[in-house]
Amino acid sequence: MNGPIALATVALLSLTAAAPAKAQTPLTEGIQIGLSTDAVSITAGFSGADLTIFGSLENPDPLVARQGRYDVIVVLEGPPKPVVVRRKDRVLGVWVNLDSETFENVPVSYSVATTRPLQDITEPNSYKQLSLGASNLYMQPADAGDSPATIEEFTAALRERKAAAGLYSENVGGVQFLSQNLFRATVRLAPNVSVGTHKARAFLFKSGLFVKESSAQLEIRKSGFEQSIFRVAHDYSFLYGVFAISLAMVTGWLGRLVFRKD
Amino acid sequence: MGIYLPIAEISVNVFVLLAMGAAVGFLSGMFGVGGGFLITPLLIFYNIPPAIAVATGANQVIASSVSGVLSHMKRGTLDFKLGGVLLAGGIVGSTAGIYVFGFLRRLGQLDLFISLLYVVLLGTVGGLMLVESINALRATRSGAAPVLKKSGQHNWIHRLPLKMRFRASKLFVSVIPVLGLGAGIGFLSSIMGVGGGFIMVPALIYLLKVPTNVVIGTSLFQIIFTSAYTTLVHATTNQTVDVMLAFLLMAGGVAGAQYGAKAGQRLRGEQLRALLALLVLAVAIRLATDLFVTPPNLYSLSGAGLN
Repeated sequence: MNGPIALATVALLSLTAAAPAKAQTPLTEGIQIGLSTDAVSITAGFSGADLTIFGSLENPDPLVARQGRYDVIVVLEGPPKPVVVRRKDRVLGVWVNLDSETFENVPVSYSVATTRPLQDITEPNSYKQLSLGASNLYMQPADAGDSPATIEEFTAALRERKAAAGLYSENVGGVQFLSQNLFRATVRLAPNVSVGTHKARAFLFKSGLFVKESSAQLEIRKSGFEQSIFRVAHDYSFLYGVFAISLAMVTGWLGRLVFRKD
Repeated sequence: MGIYLPIAEISVNVFVLLAMGAAVGFLSGMFGVGGGFLITPLLIFYNIPPAIAVATGANQVIASSVSGVLSHMKRGTLDFKLGGVLLAGGIVGSTAGIYVFGFLRRLGQLDLFISLLYVVLLGTVGGLMLVESINALRATRSGAAPVLKKSGQHNWIHRLPLKMRFRASKLFVSVIPVLGLGAGIGFLSSIMGVGGGFIMVPALIYLLKVPTNVVIGTSLFQIIFTSAYTTLVHATTNQTVDVMLAFLLMAGGVAGAQYGAKAGQRLRGEQLRALLALLVLAVAIRLATDLFVTPPNLYSLSGAGLN
């Protein structure tokens, strides 16, 4: 039982030793986030959830903190995937998918949690530079030769559809300071959240200026019986097909045995 | 009770699916059709992605066809040779259909194509059947004996070469229209997720003049294999067969079919056909309105190369 205590003492000593050396120059703030687990398993009945991410500010200026001039934005970004956006138009009275635009590396989901409304935290330009927020994500068209107006229209439609599906969301007030340097962020996981490696990123702003960023990775996977079926269907598709046929034949035969009328 | 469908990737209500299977099973037992042409549109109305509705519909059709073929085998109303030739054509048509299916899916036109095919085919078959059954109802009401087509009557189909003898059907006919019919049904089966009974049965009766009692058994026999093949190819190339969904539909369907068959015995043939025609037309009209009504969202997303 001596080990942990000894370690704590060492840490304390190094802290006190480091403090006077750094006291000369103003301390730069930092931000750290921690996830209690690096993988989340979603079962069949998953109907969306709130994911809580804890984080802390390093070396916060007590005065700034008291005036509430620190702002934190936490983003949970899904794995990037190519997406096709299609637009329906009327052809002879019938609605037909006519124009389409393919985008590379579009995050499947993008949930944002903030201390305050985005427009109150910093300038639109710095969001753009950081490529932060669903409306500032750069969507790379696969065919860059298309007219800018078309690309812009389909980009807007892509964001709108993603938001409507609950995949791109914004939770204003989702980041709360629990103490001067401890904060808690709540980001939403949509019911149809995609599996894969998600990236959690935290951005620290001080009086409207970007200070620092920190990130962590989160693996989201589906578990349970249904997921096994999905895996088999994709990895052993031929056997799966044979199984589906056999199941149907046996059900038909059993149905005849159980309910026969002649 | 909700259940998560592993391939369709959505949560659905178990009882809705069981009831849907039972209702379609009831109707298919009553009218002697596979029910695929009702299941697939119903699944689409229930927000199952069309690609999955089609592949799973084909899987579900196997169960009801097996059940039906077993009773026809017992009664001896099944022409294996005719079924075999239809099947040979069916495999070719089905393979072609799968390629067209995958191609349209990549183009983003699959949903439209499926809906159009349904509207055109259901509209035509339903309309013809309604006219025919109303005429028959009128004829029986006025007391006139139904006019039967003379069995010796021949049409252009009987002048084609490569004739073959089908003993059980008492038929001597060219294999070309038989293969062609099989191929056409196979193509529809893979694109629409139907067995094709609703086209096969009238085609065998009116075009090839196969005796009516042999037609249903033979058509069901070939449908088992065509839809099994379709299911397998959809499973391997598109991964769109949802066994969970198919099983729920089958379970409801097998039970419903028996009660449907019983209920069907109480109704007269032409009344049954008129009811079926109205049902088919209703599905066609419902699908057609979706094509013309302005959709709530003009834009749709899909993964590249998928869905």
